[in-house]
Amino acid sequence: MKTSRFAAWALVAYGCLILAFLYVPLVSVGLASISKARYLSFPIRRYSYDWYGEALASDTVRDLLVISLKVAGIVTVVSMVIGFLGALAFARYSWRFRKTYQKLILLPIFFPQTVLGLALLMWFNTLGVVPSWKTAVIAHLVWIAPIATLVISIRAYSFDPALEEAARDMGASTWDTLREVTIPLLMPGVVSAGLFAFLLSWGNFPLSLFTTGADSTLPEWLYAKMVAGYSPLVPTVGILTVCTSAVLLAVGLTAAWIFKRARAARVS
Amino acid sequence: MQRRDRQLGALYALPLGVFLALAFLAPILLVAAFSTMPAKVFSLANLPDFSAYYTVLTQGYWKSVMWSLGMALAATAILFVICWPLAYGMAKVFGRFSLVLTIGVVMTLFVSENIRLFGWVLTLMKGGLIEGYVRHWTGAGFDGLLYNVPIIVFGLCYVYLPFMLFPLAQGIAMVPDDARQAAYDLGATRWQILREIELPLAMPGILVGSLLTFVLAAGAIAETKLLGGQAVIVIAEEVETAFTYGQNWPLGAALAMVLIAIVGGIAIWGIGKADLDRMMGRR
Repeated sequence: MKTSRFAAWALVAYGCLILAFLYVPLVSVGLASISKARYLSFPIRRYSYDWYGEALASDTVRDLLVISLKVAGIVTVVSMVIGFLGALAFARYSWRFRKTYQKLILLPIFFPQTVLGLALLMWFNTLGVVPSWKTAVIAHLVWIAPIATLVISIRAYSFDPALEEAARDMGASTWDTLREVTIPLLMPGVVSAGLFAFLLSWGNFPLSLFTTGADSTLPEWLYAKMVAGYSPLVPTVGILTVCTSAVLLAVGLTAAWIFKRARAARVS
Repeated sequence: MQRRDRQLGALYALPLGVFLALAFLAPILLVAAFSTMPAKVFSLANLPDFSAYYTVLTQGYWKSVMWSLGMALAATAILFVICWPLAYGMAKVFGRFSLVLTIGVVMTLFVSENIRLFGWVLTLMKGGLIEGYVRHWTGAGFDGLLYNVPIIVFGLCYVYLPFMLFPLAQGIAMVPDDARQAAYDLGATRWQILREIELPLAMPGILVGSLLTFVLAAGAIAETKLLGGQAVIVIAEEVETAFTYGQNWPLGAALAMVLIAIVGGIAIWGIGKADLDRMMGRR
């Protein structure tokens, strides 16, 4: 029973429609960012790119950028390391509490992030830690390290345990096996987990809200301006953060594609 | 060999396990402890009196709980209907277009939720993209489309669509084509195949997608605040208000415990049923 040609085309059209729907709000923000008027109202009468110049020259935006980059950068590196080890425990080795461990890791992903942020704020307060961008790194990791672990686990599942055993039979130590066999095999998973970690941390708002203290990340600043005191820089800075993610993602996907091509060429 | 596997597994699980114990479980236990304290204290060095729970029960907070759960349920049901044909297409029909669709949908996940919702505010507000151009072309404007309950549900559907779509597609991919072919050859109608073959066999994906959507939507806050204005107050917002403006940590903690109990209960039940090795493709 094949799907008829007509039905297949209707489904593709439906898919395009949903995809377009997902991008409608970004189109609105994009249009708003090039409107000349200080108080936005559609239809837009005069266009200008001045807000971009102003955003890029602004010290506030630069400080926000530095903090967002610091947080996302550290979260990325730590998630890759913890997630790599975690994924081996998740998918590769059979050990006593593996099933429990798998389930524990999923819980933070399901947890309401605003509540998690508040709980962490109380926790830091009890421990006597003053919230700053460093505590936000911890908060992001609670959510992102498990996601990184899952991403790497998918790769670790398709990993043939015989390869590790062969290395060991030929006299490699645990450390040699890890360095020469396990790490290279899981590398594509680790890199995509790193990309995920960076992008999720870069865009996260609810976890940052209560855990950054006096510091502020880009999404936090955007939100503050959205709810109180609209600034014409909001759509502009919003589009700039979106472009940063898009560029990073494009680089990641291209690198993966080139890597795959190169390997296919080597094999054949 | 096996002994080494056991040791290495436990060793590698340690960093993430210890981190989550310290930065996830410990804060939740702290919230639980705070929820038993008398009103408006900021330390645990008080006699527990559980008065915060009494306040939760008597001050009408159940309305916020109901709004959260009701809107999450509505969003889950609507998303199931919207995503089913698309997930079916991704799993069985599209081929290459599936990849385009996947990348397109995943990319939206990396854009901060508040930027996307802000985009909807700009689209739907009075003087926004829709109303502005309708007024421009027809001369007749109307009030904005924001600040009511349906628009909040719309926002929830928009934000959580990927969390329904991908598990559903995964679930439908697990329905063997042979089973559908056999039912068709035996004279089953399209509707019977859906009801008797596809829905039951895709159940793991349906379950995961629905649970994920429901749980995330029940704890959501930005949709209500940005799109809903003052239309309703959801439970997550009550928690935030009690902590920040109210300066009443025990009340905030007790409200948080209510949300944690509902969401955590559903999540633990759902995760308990799922066989992760199989779903993530262990060989």
